[in-house]
Amino acid sequence: MFDLSLKDARDALRAKKFSSRELTSAYLGAVEQLNPTLNAYITTTPDLALQHADAADKALASGDARALTGIPLAIKDLFCTKGVRTTAASKILSPFVPPYESTVTANLLADGAVFLGKANLDEFAMGSSNMTSAFGGVTNPWQRQGSDAKLVPGGSSGGSAAAVAARIALGATATDTGGSIRQPASFCGIAGIKPTYGRCSRWGVVAFASSLDQAGPVARTVEDCAILLGSMAGFDDKDSTSANMPVPDFAAACARGVKGLRIGVPKEYRMEGLDPVIDKLWQQGLDWLRDAGAEIVDISLPHTKYGLATYYIVAPAEASSNLARYDGVRYGARSPGRDLIEMYENTRADGFGAEVKRRIMIGTYVLSAGYYDAYYLKAQKVRALILKDFTDAFGRVDAILTPTAPSAAFGQGEKMDDPVTMYLNDVFTVPVNMAGLPGLSLPAGLDHQGLPLGLQVIGRPFDEETVFAVGQALEKAAGFTALPTLRAGV
Amino acid sequence: MSLDPAAVRRIARLARLRVNDAEVAALQTDLNSILGWIDQLNEVDVTGVEPLTGGTSIALRQREDVVTVPDLTEDVLSNAPDRDGPFYTVPKVVE
Repeated sequence: MFDLSLKDARDALRAKKFSSRELTSAYLGAVEQLNPTLNAYITTTPDLALQHADAADKALASGDARALTGIPLAIKDLFCTKGVRTTAASKILSPFVPPYESTVTANLLADGAVFLGKANLDEFAMGSSNMTSAFGGVTNPWQRQGSDAKLVPGGSSGGSAAAVAARIALGATATDTGGSIRQPASFCGIAGIKPTYGRCSRWGVVAFASSLDQAGPVARTVEDCAILLGSMAGFDDKDSTSANMPVPDFAAACARGVKGLRIGVPKEYRMEGLDPVIDKLWQQGLDWLRDAGAEIVDISLPHTKYGLATYYIVAPAEASSNLARYDGVRYGARSPGRDLIEMYENTRADGFGAEVKRRIMIGTYVLSAGYYDAYYLKAQKVRALILKDFTDAFGRVDAILTPTAPSAAFGQGEKMDDPVTMYLNDVFTVPVNMAGLPGLSLPAGLDHQGLPLGLQVIGRPFDEETVFAVGQALEKAAGFTALPTLRAGV
Repeated sequence: MSLDPAAVRRIARLARLRVNDAEVAALQTDLNSILGWIDQLNEVDVTGVEPLTGGTSIALRQREDVVTVPDLTEDVLSNAPDRDGPFYTVPKVVE
């Protein structure tokens, strides 16, 4: 049962090979068995899952199956879920029980999904290792050959990616502000897509950097991601940046093939010091696409190297503003103080972890009087140049292929000494958020230690269909069948 | 541009974060490392470039200014750390 993809499990449910209660019970058992080791879930909701499963079985019996009827999923603990604690992996939100449901999770429930629980993440989605969670790090289900050293699953959607890779969820919701879907997908050997900014509603998703945040799915296959995104996406009046556009049939687009497509190779991504194994896999990916009938075109994205520095002005600035709401008055944890200001300062000092504080401080500084023009305004202008690079490139190509991350999964506790070292993880993914474009990561190969590596497909705004088509062509050619050490069903 | 301990304290005050001496020292190191790295943007010529202010080039919608949800007082107050009837409570502000 654990070998089935989301699509195959859906077919089996519809063919009455097993019930959603049986499928969900099997997954709940696997969660119970593996989660103490992986820490992929902060909160599990077995009773609620079985309620959802029973409702799904009724719908299946009456021939009323929808896109995800009966499919057990993990929900990143950044999506508000009505009546189920939502923490953003922060101490400050640890008592928070939303009285409402986020639009994305409401869409999934309307399509019949079963929720197993809330997945771990970096605190407020700020991180690339899942090590900043107030609820502890997540262990990557993959291990290096001949070593049982604990590796990170990437971040911030580390719990979502680890749960899918370890087969303790059939798919998961995730969010991506600078690479938080794609980098963990790459580290955990699964697929994940950050859709175009505006494709999924941000309503009810705990905000980090509002002009960059975008929800998307992680799953075992490109097609599974397409099925999930089809349910998650759609116009929402409650999000002023939600795009009022029809949601295409993403799943149907997967099988389009790449014949005649022009695929761009940005020369600036071949950075000094790029790991030869990753460079080789990238060249292999281009060969696969050429063999499948695509044309490979050299392009230039000259401002690539400034993406990260721009991001580390824009994202903290927006975060410092968004996180001002955590004041200990209306919701979340409160620490006492002699007066109102001291209560605010104590609440925030006790409630936020070190990385969140760093980013609030940076954001406060770059927005403060006298520094706004030099930092924030400057970053917004460089951001415009990054977008222009992509716009120019997409005049010549239909999609762009790059590596997803500069390395495979690293060890827990590594890269923690200097924040900038950790930030460099997102060098290939951040420009895509700056420009609001869709980006998909899929597992394409293994490094010399047996760890998965991902390739990234970048598309035009609102052209996820081409991204899925290129993704599935690569997936087919790569034939990636390797499995992590820690997984359900073994 | 390098931050001294007084500047770190000033930013922490603006951000409403209590910091002790050890945290000031650690933040000073980290923030200066990050800001030093960000300074590479000085290489970029942005003359005549309009800033990109949001995540989308689509214009923001406007809607009618009407009430669209029912009274949610209890929902809204359900997570209050401390409340008194339909009010949030805070430490005494006025003597």
